[in-house]
Amino acid sequence: MTISRDDEMSDYTTEAGTELERRERAGDPIGDPGLPESPPRLTDLDERAARRAERQVAGMFGLAAVLTVAFLVAYVVFPIAADEGGVDVGAVRDSNLALGLTLGGALLLIGIGAIHWARKLMTSHQVVHERHELRSNDETRAAALADFEVGAEESGFGRRKLIRNSLIGAMLLLPLPAVILLRDLGPAPGGVKKNTVWDTGVRVVKDRSFTPIRPSDMQVGSLVVAMPETYQDLPDHGPARPNERGKASVFLIRMQPGEFRVEEGRENWHVDGIVCYSKICTHVGCPITLYERDTHHMLCPCHQSTFDLANSGEAIFGPANRPLPQLPLAVDDEGYLIAQSDFVDPVGPSFWEMNT
Amino acid sequence: MSAVVNGAGKLVSWVDDRVTTNNWLKRNIRKAFPDHWSFLLGEIALYSFIVILLSGVFLTLWFKPSMAHIMYDGAYAPLRDVGMSEAFASTLELSFEVRGGLLMRQIHHWGAIIFVAAMSVHMLRIFFTGAFRKPREINWVIGVLMLVLGITNGFTGYSLPDDLVSGTGMRIIEGGMLAIPIVGTYLSSFIFGGEFPGDDAISRLYVLHILLVPGLILALVTIHLILIWYQKHTHWGGAGKSNQNVVGYPLFPIYTAKAGGFFFVVFGVIVLMSATIQILPIWLFGPYDPSVVSAGTQPDWYVGFLDGALRIMPSWEFYIAGFPISLNVLVPSVLLPGIILTPLILYPWIEQWVTGDKREHHVLDRPRNQPVRTGVGVAFITFYMLLWISGGNDFVATIFDVPVMWITRFMQAAVILLPPLMFWVTKRICLGLQRRDRDRVLHGAESGVIVVSPEGEFAEAHAPLADATAYQLTAHQRQVPFDLGPETDEYGIPAPRRRSAGVRSRLSKFYFGDVIPKPTRDELEMAQHDGHGAGEPGKEREIATGPHAE
Repeated sequence: MTISRDDEMSDYTTEAGTELERRERAGDPIGDPGLPESPPRLTDLDERAARRAERQVAGMFGLAAVLTVAFLVAYVVFPIAADEGGVDVGAVRDSNLALGLTLGGALLLIGIGAIHWARKLMTSHQVVHERHELRSNDETRAAALADFEVGAEESGFGRRKLIRNSLIGAMLLLPLPAVILLRDLGPAPGGVKKNTVWDTGVRVVKDRSFTPIRPSDMQVGSLVVAMPETYQDLPDHGPARPNERGKASVFLIRMQPGEFRVEEGRENWHVDGIVCYSKICTHVGCPITLYERDTHHMLCPCHQSTFDLANSGEAIFGPANRPLPQLPLAVDDEGYLIAQSDFVDPVGPSFWEMNT
Repeated sequence: MSAVVNGAGKLVSWVDDRVTTNNWLKRNIRKAFPDHWSFLLGEIALYSFIVILLSGVFLTLWFKPSMAHIMYDGAYAPLRDVGMSEAFASTLELSFEVRGGLLMRQIHHWGAIIFVAAMSVHMLRIFFTGAFRKPREINWVIGVLMLVLGITNGFTGYSLPDDLVSGTGMRIIEGGMLAIPIVGTYLSSFIFGGEFPGDDAISRLYVLHILLVPGLILALVTIHLILIWYQKHTHWGGAGKSNQNVVGYPLFPIYTAKAGGFFFVVFGVIVLMSATIQILPIWLFGPYDPSVVSAGTQPDWYVGFLDGALRIMPSWEFYIAGFPISLNVLVPSVLLPGIILTPLILYPWIEQWVTGDKREHHVLDRPRNQPVRTGVGVAFITFYMLLWISGGNDFVATIFDVPVMWITRFMQAAVILLPPLMFWVTKRICLGLQRRDRDRVLHGAESGVIVVSPEGEFAEAHAPLADATAYQLTAHQRQVPFDLGPETDEYGIPAPRRRSAGVRSRLSKFYFGDVIPKPTRDELEMAQHDGHGAGEPGKEREIATGPHAE
């Protein structure tokens, strides 16, 4: 057998180790005085103290039994049945408290009783066990290696390279079915993240009531949470509605003309100072809700990204980098707010394909 | 033999006849388990895990892991006729229509919070006392993996009720996935079965939460315990305790009663907390809606540091050929866990390489005797706590009544500056404590008695330490920096691997260069003979008084 580099290293360190140990121990100032006798406890010396401890332990176990029965009683005497007007939350709270206090008390008393028993009454002498070096001795090590070598020799694994290599090749391919089977977990994302149900001429409607909005409905400084009118056409079941809520949600605010800067190319995106922005934060996608009317700052409650709505939704503080996407607004024949098109910029958190 | 033994003996013999168990019993029934409060931390983790398993099974009997949309018509009137997922509706059912259901939900959640907390503190105990050293490196790695799995399962469980708060948490995770270059969008699409939130996530998280992750934790716990058993527990140094023995109370009956009792204590405390402290009243938040968020809600404590990192990370994002590299999300949510976990897992080997110490260690280090390791640990805690506090920067801003921007800016600087400062402070404190130990061994403990010498000198009398105490203070191994050795050997051949040895030597000096050496036998004798009026031969450790300049 050849000695590998690792063997050399471990031999070296073992030697160095014992050498180091000798050097350290030689100068020790005080020898080990040996394990001190643990002093006797009061319960060892005084039979009355021992009997008192016994009563305490038994008392705790007894009380635990009583509390367990109390739990069963509480289960029955604290009903939480709902009537026409629904369940009484106070009754649920009472039931929770009664069940928890009785069960928790019973468990706690069993635990404390057992520990008290061990500390006061069980014999308390420490025991000393020898440790043995965990590595097997050199003979055993060598014998094991030799046996392994015999087995390896008999299998011919090293010699018959064709078998070895074909086996390795077959095993390496085997995980691929497991990986490919996961392919249908979800569709390829495609461009779906870039598009929302907003489209040319889609009415901007108030969220929840789905009523269309006239510019005159909006006061300066007011904020309205809105959705596309076509959202209601989406199937009520399945993921379409929640998915669309996660990217098509918008809010409208109205500012005084001259109070906000209009970016080049967005001159006709507002209607009389009414602007529309995505409600989904460009950091990691929380809905943005905190509007500061005086500064026109919009703050995300999750990570405090702050956007300046008077300046094209620029990110001015916090971890978000991209501005809030703006939805171009117009007014239809009947005088209601509509979208000129879908969002021009991708909505929500940045993703790899967003600019392709 | 007593009746008890006769009774139990029949069963034991029946088993022994078939699988030779008495051989094992003979060696283990009186196995020594060392006693110290800090050894209970791992037990808390184990017991709270059992409590989570028990309460979790109860919850699965009612919970429906489905995102199918329904109109609620259950017992909780304020949410009737509100559209929600079956997952949320069945969580409401558990809370309001099943007696004890709310209690079990709260036990499950409090149990999880305590589980992760106990694992974290247990890990710190292992780190600061050096219990990760050879031969326990495997258990260290298993422990770190269990902590990661525990946090993962905590997060998946947090998401399952599909309430407003849990959905927001998932949204943030999705944002983190999207930031991963090239594959991020695919990853999100595969996990959510298309767009976020889709209608697959809950049922997929459910199987992870109740089967895969707990199964892995259970397997790792088993190996963890087998290794503790086989390698025997570490113990603190002191009289009668050495690297070659283990001193403690016998498994049967003392440890059985104490550990068994402690399981019930942990269980009981979790139940009492669940009875009295409300946690996440999901019925007040309502079902998840991706367009709604409630301000001021917080994730479970163990996710807080990641959320804090997301909050204070500067808004760095750039583009390569139009493709975004969102460092503002990538660094805190993907890189940071890696930056923390990699050195954490590797630490036993890093220290082993630096110190060149490949011996078995079964006696724990007092943290002061490893100033650099302790300093590194405290620096890490500082870093972690600052991120954790940043996760509540809006609360901190409210408490101190300052703009949240100030807190964010302060934290951005603090996470860089404070950990090195705390390392230095900790190291100095450790060295100070080492000096004090040395003084106590050499000159005894301060007695508070002022004596006047015949020469008229006032000095405080020092009472000698008990032998056991003095031994305890000097039982640790003397630390010598790794010696680089000569550049060439006697034949002028350059030493191999000189560059890595040089790095190692410098690091070793960094670790041990300025530790205060424990006194030697000679120093101790010198100090005792040097005292005023002390130093009668043969009574050398009897009394040592007076100020002793070193």
